[in-house]
Amino acid sequence: MAQHKVNYTKDGGLPVALTSIDKIVNWGRSNSIWALTYGLACCGIEMMASGASRYDFDRFGTIFRASPRQADVMIVAGTLTKKHAEFIKRLYDQMTEPKWVISMGSCANTGGMFNTYSTVQGVDRLIPVDLYLPGCAPRPETLQYGVMLLQKKIRANSASRAQKAKRLM
Amino acid sequence: MRAYTPKDDVQKKSYYTDRFFVSPQVPKFPVENDEVFTKDLEAIKAKFEVSEAYIQVEQMVVFIQPEDNYKVLELMKNELEYTQLSELSAIDWLAKENKFEVFYQMLSMNKRKRIRVKMFIDKDQAVNSVEKLFRSADWSEREMFDMFGIEANAHPFMKRILMPYDWQGFPLLKTYPLQGDEFAAWYEVDKIYGKEARDIIGPELRDTAKVDRYDSQRFARLGHEVPKGTKITGNEPKNEQSYQEEGGVFLIKKLNKKDSVVIDDPQR
Ligand code: SF4
Repeated sequence: MAQHKVNYTKDGGLPVALTSIDKIVNWGRSNSIWALTYGLACCGIEMMASGASRYDFDRFGTIFRASPRQADVMIVAGTLTKKHAEFIKRLYDQMTEPKWVISMGSCANTGGMFNTYSTVQGVDRLIPVDLYLPGCAPRPETLQYGVMLLQKKIRANSASRAQKAKRLM
Repeated sequence: MRAYTPKDDVQKKSYYTDRFFVSPQVPKFPVENDEVFTKDLEAIKAKFEVSEAYIQVEQMVVFIQPEDNYKVLELMKNELEYTQLSELSAIDWLAKENKFEVFYQMLSMNKRKRIRVKMFIDKDQAVNSVEKLFRSADWSEREMFDMFGIEANAHPFMKRILMPYDWQGFPLLKTYPLQGDEFAAWYEVDKIYGKEARDIIGPELRDTAKVDRYDSQRFARLGHEVPKGTKITGNEPKNEQSYQEEGGVFLIKKLNKKDSVVIDDPQR
């Protein structure tokens, strides 16, 4: 019988890591934030750039999904017109809990330069927003930083706590 | 040196009255200056009443009676070789003479000429649709209806094109406020949440220059954010935001800025 002196607790000794359920669930959630492809205007171009090879969102586990049912975060990238307002609400309702919203760019934050009759003056009039990214348009770095802040926010909450549905009202 | 102007009563005089810049008119020339246009105008005049015609910026402008619009365009398309309708819309002159001006911009590729056919209609008057002649008129007439409320008779699908179907008001009228009327201001709230929600959601913030240092809900406090509804004292501590917790994160390596290297040799 071989007389190994294996230190099982030393890292790398065995592929085992001890953690709490909370942490592992949050780790999973925060590192697989699937985003809804939701480019509404010029900001959408920057969002696409963040997803493409130069900025490479896949590193953070953020993969764009074309269906709200598969998405965790809605990145509202661009100008929300009043004609489109009902659809943003419908898409938000179709996303499964837990869900988050990033409002990207001045237009989504406040209506931006479109101080006109046809633009919704900020998406937070319709859906609850977790993160506002300033800029017109924000650089892909801003969006990446925003996603990392969102990861931090997800980690800060207890995963085992019953999910409270987020609604504006 | 600037020339001296007496300034005794300068404050009494209103030195500027026009609210907007009034550009000088582009000169108009008689139609006889151009052979092709003269023949075209004769052909139109032979059958229809023309109230005015001139050449402006190398294009002929013809004013016709609103009842004739379909027939005139038909004549121009079939006999005068103006085979394209490049644009169609209206101008709001309601305040000035209680009329709309409707224009049709025609192009002839063979003659290499453009003619603008214009007509005046009354406030609630409908025009004849020219959609049967030119397919491009389909959407243009819908847009004209959407923006001015001018209907086109015999159009196959006379509905709004840009604004939602349940929109009220015609945005390109000069009387329509840029930031929307009451209906426009509450459109999305009324439609999605119902009128009761107006109090909860609140009116739109339209003042772009507004900065309120006691407002804890918006963006005036970048770097010094506070929870919603907090009383602002002015001594809020700075919020240092970092993307990772101090102690690091489970299974994720924290970037140590001291260990990172900036590569400045591109040939490395
Ligand atoms: S914030 Fe600027 S870049 Fe983004 S959608 Fe609006 S206008 Fe376009």
